[in-house]
Amino acid sequence: MAGRARIIASRVAQALPVVVGVVIVTFLLTRALPGDPAAYFAGPAANETSIAQIRAALGLDKSLPEQFAIYVWHLLQGDLGQSISTGQPVLEELVRRLPASLELTLTALLLSCSIALPLGVLAATRPGSWVDHLCRVLVTAGVSLPTFFTGLALVYVFYYLLGLAPSPIGRLDFVYLDPPRITGFFLIDAALAGDWETWAAAARQIVLPAVTLAMFTLAPISRITRASMLQALSSDFIRTARAAGLTRATVVYRYAFRNAMLPVLTTLGMVFSFTLGANVLVEKVFAWPGIGSFAVDALVVSDYAAVQGFVLAMALLFVVLNLAIDIAYTLVDPRIGFES
Amino acid sequence: MALLDIKDLAVSFRTRRGTVDAVRGVTLSVARGETLAIVGESGSGKSVTSYALMRILDAGGRIEAGEVSYGGVDLRRASESEMADIRGREISMIFQNPRAALNPIRKVGRQIEDVLLRHNRTNRRDARDKAIAAMEAVRIRDAAERYHAYPFELSGGMCQRIVIALALACDPKLLIADEPTTGLDVTTQKAVMDLIAELIRERGLSAILITHDLGLAAQYCDRVAVMRRGELVEQGDAAAIFTAPQHPYTRMLVAATPREGVGVRELLPPELRTPAPVDQVGDRPLLQVRRLTKTFERDGNTVHAVKDVSFEVRQSESVGLVGESGCGKSTTSAMVMRLLDPSAGEILFDGQDLALTPAKRFARDPRRAALQLVFQDAGDSLNPRFTARDCIADPLARLGNFGWGGLGRAARRDRVEELADLVGLPRDLLDRFPHQLSGGQKARVGIARAVALEPKLLILDEPTAALDVSIQAVVLNLLVDLKARLGMSYLFVSHDLHVVRLLCDRIVVMRGGAIVEQGPAEQVMTAPQSDYTRSLLAAAPVPPRMERPVGPLAQAAQ
Amino acid sequence: MADTTLTHPAATSLRHVAYVLRSNPVTGVAFAMLAVILAAALLGPALAPYDPYASDAAHALEPPSWRHWFGTDNLGRDVFSRVLVATRLDLAISVSAVVLSFVVGSALGSAAGYWGGWTDRVLSRMFDTIMAFPLFVLAMGIVAALGNTVENVVYATAVINVPFYARLVRAEVNIRRESGFALAARLSGNADWRVLAFHIFPNALPPMMVQVSLNLGWAILNAAGLSFIGLGVRPPTAEWGIMVAEGANFIVSGEWWLAVFPGLALMFAVFTFNLLGDGLRDMVDPRMRT
Repeated sequence: MAGRARIIASRVAQALPVVVGVVIVTFLLTRALPGDPAAYFAGPAANETSIAQIRAALGLDKSLPEQFAIYVWHLLQGDLGQSISTGQPVLEELVRRLPASLELTLTALLLSCSIALPLGVLAATRPGSWVDHLCRVLVTAGVSLPTFFTGLALVYVFYYLLGLAPSPIGRLDFVYLDPPRITGFFLIDAALAGDWETWAAAARQIVLPAVTLAMFTLAPISRITRASMLQALSSDFIRTARAAGLTRATVVYRYAFRNAMLPVLTTLGMVFSFTLGANVLVEKVFAWPGIGSFAVDALVVSDYAAVQGFVLAMALLFVVLNLAIDIAYTLVDPRIGFES
Repeated sequence: MALLDIKDLAVSFRTRRGTVDAVRGVTLSVARGETLAIVGESGSGKSVTSYALMRILDAGGRIEAGEVSYGGVDLRRASESEMADIRGREISMIFQNPRAALNPIRKVGRQIEDVLLRHNRTNRRDARDKAIAAMEAVRIRDAAERYHAYPFELSGGMCQRIVIALALACDPKLLIADEPTTGLDVTTQKAVMDLIAELIRERGLSAILITHDLGLAAQYCDRVAVMRRGELVEQGDAAAIFTAPQHPYTRMLVAATPREGVGVRELLPPELRTPAPVDQVGDRPLLQVRRLTKTFERDGNTVHAVKDVSFEVRQSESVGLVGESGCGKSTTSAMVMRLLDPSAGEILFDGQDLALTPAKRFARDPRRAALQLVFQDAGDSLNPRFTARDCIADPLARLGNFGWGGLGRAARRDRVEELADLVGLPRDLLDRFPHQLSGGQKARVGIARAVALEPKLLILDEPTAALDVSIQAVVLNLLVDLKARLGMSYLFVSHDLHVVRLLCDRIVVMRGGAIVEQGPAEQVMTAPQSDYTRSLLAAAPVPPRMERPVGPLAQAAQ
Repeated sequence: MADTTLTHPAATSLRHVAYVLRSNPVTGVAFAMLAVILAAALLGPALAPYDPYASDAAHALEPPSWRHWFGTDNLGRDVFSRVLVATRLDLAISVSAVVLSFVVGSALGSAAGYWGGWTDRVLSRMFDTIMAFPLFVLAMGIVAALGNTVENVVYATAVINVPFYARLVRAEVNIRRESGFALAARLSGNADWRVLAFHIFPNALPPMMVQVSLNLGWAILNAAGLSFIGLGVRPPTAEWGIMVAEGANFIVSGEWWLAVFPGLALMFAVFTFNLLGDGLRDMVDPRMRT
């Protein structure tokens, strides 16, 4: 066990320089954004003096290293600055909007895993069959789809042509009120409050964007599942299991599948990263009020604090998630920590 | 009535290059309580035959024709679920590479339980006790603790015992062992084979032993079947087949196996036995290794791989470095080759200490050409993107001009062809890629490359371990001829004592990083000083023609 | 049995290419599709029936017809000509980004994989930092920071792709570092850098070819995504992503052709590159030769 604790500790230690790097890169990037925030704050009627005053107040006249030190200091206190466009603290905005993005991403991941995992397993256990070919076509075609385009196409077909989907205006239609906020996930909160009408409305709104995102993640997940299962099924220990007369179900699921899931687990981290990025595009198409659309709006007006907060939040979220997956892998695979 | 009956079995595989007939018309039978050996070189179809009868062929493999019956049941026409019942309960199989044969993320005890539960030999409550009992039946000590182990925590020999426990858990009547000791140390090999023989005797099992090692077949089996390229060449009683083989192929196999009292030329067929060259061993030492030590730090543990090793190799001498895995012989040869830096000690070559030049810089040292290496795995040692010609030409291009850089293109071409002739590689194979060459051809390319710069010292790291016995005979003779012709000294690293005796003037025995014994080859082999050497000699499978082969059943009757 | 004719090395390579194309029909189709794309990129401006930038307010928002195969957009420009001409830009962006990240990533990854130690530790932390950002987000950040130009889209795409190559090369080099042929190369008098450059790295190429083709596809999607949210390419430049963005406003009112045709062109190009992956790898891998 000591070996494993050591591995976990070293993984955490490896993540720290990355966090530092992320903070530095984020700072540099947003300082390089065009536009003068001081002028924006001061307003259209300002003159040179008031702009200079605002600039001093915001600390933008200090040297870069000084600004960085102030930035880190504020960061440690949880202060991500003020958003120019909304006037609210950035941290509050992010916290308010994060559940929307997470609900979308997690729904999409759940949806795509429930299709991709069985598909990959079937494709590997029946090579050359129609399932296998379908899987390979899906994988190749799936990674070719631009998410924003798929979103638009789905809106056109299901909303405009068929009238089945509601209009893409966000998480809930105007007539409904947001459910009381416990987790921030409308589907969970509405269920907890017993408000099934709102639940149905929220579900209807989330279907199309979730499907768009799910189509994007379907491809890499089924590809890695198929490849990983194929590798596991051709291993020596599977031959032993077959020779010992174990049933096909035991061989495929208890022996091959569990071994195959390990590489899939590590890939999920990367898939999540891509999804967080693709989120931005999907939120724009469906007017989803998550942190992605927040960032896009902020970019357009050079709202540097908001963009900085967004990039930092996403990156840190990702580092934490990867660390969690790494640690989960360490706990699941008994070989880690003991290899000589 | 025979327990297992195979008639005219034919198996083919669909591959990228067309259909390959792996087994062609094989007829075999195994009686109750009998042990049959299926012997052959690579490509003989011996493993495929057993996979076919158990119906666990790879995708692309098909039984084309023939009948297979076990205890009266037609195995070819049985359904998949009937076969799944038969596997493990009636017929069991154990494989080579025991650690890879076990599920790496499942406790070994649970794996045995899975088999017991599957064949209804236990219920869930008693499963654990029954599994531990199965482990004790294969003489595993502390079975209750080992139950919780994972395969990577166990040694190769222990993993093989678990595999055997798995196979015998449900009391099958026929055990098939496919090269069960390949890759294991010679002492572990003996322990595993003795265990299998004992279990066979205890339970009155029938068994099929698939092996390329004639000594194992002679020592442990009642009857032997010899296969070659998918066909059955000869079969009969073990005693008769080895002492008086009928078929020329069997005769060739027996002759080519290195054994006591036989010189290197006698491994070859009579028509190829030219007079063996005789080397005059010089007095001057070419290589002197003094107090060589290597220590590794791994995860906070200190590993003493090589401890204070001293030996020497004289001009034109051939010294054998012998030991089991983990004894430090590979690390020692890597240090002498200057691929690795020693922690302490001197490597004197022609009077100069090579250890003074770090390994990183030795590639461009003028003395690099004088020490070369023939690798164990010829395939792995050839760059997959280089043709045979490129592989042999590389040292010439870098160092071929006696310290003045490389040879020019025309000179290289001539020299490569000269070398190809020297090692017996047909010139038209020079433009092929390694994956297009056979095992023996790859070995020749490796040797040609190693001798291209006419080194004074050639280290041979198990050069024939991966080769079929007939190819091994040819390559060993080639090495003997080259040594005389080019006036080289050899350091021959191996675990196979019989091969070492054939080629070496002196032998150095290593164990646990230290030298246990060294002396003239004949003396070490016939009158060893140390117990360890004695145990090594006792454990080596005895090639046929030395002892009268006795199968376990006859042994039990004595 | 033995083929004794000595064929010229170039001829053998060409024969191998033909063999790969023939043996796997998918590869053949993929290369045919690639030929179409290359033709569009090279000859696009010459073949376009209308000037892609010429507005014609009188004929705005016309659906596809014989006169305008893909219809016209809100400024009356011919969609087909714009899609055709955009091929060159999108292809140029993705190829330059991929070449850049391949070269830089391979060099850094080889160094990290071969020499290990601190080189490896520092480089790996750098790659981890880049990969810590959801990649599209990082591209957004870089382009926003450096300015809305095509060059910056290329640099941003290259930067976010470097870690993929670097990690792949690092793993492949690591596997082969202690292999027989690498040690044999040292014994033959090759200095460390020669072993890495001429012996180990060429063997890492086949798996990298698959990555290269996937990346070509991603790079196009990336650039298109950036233009969709207003970064990088600006109107009135003809680029597939920006055309989809402009067309998005009209989809909900039923004028689908502004967005669908550029979107389909995007899919076609990316799909081609993905199919190419296996074929390219087979061509580069000597073990595929019989």
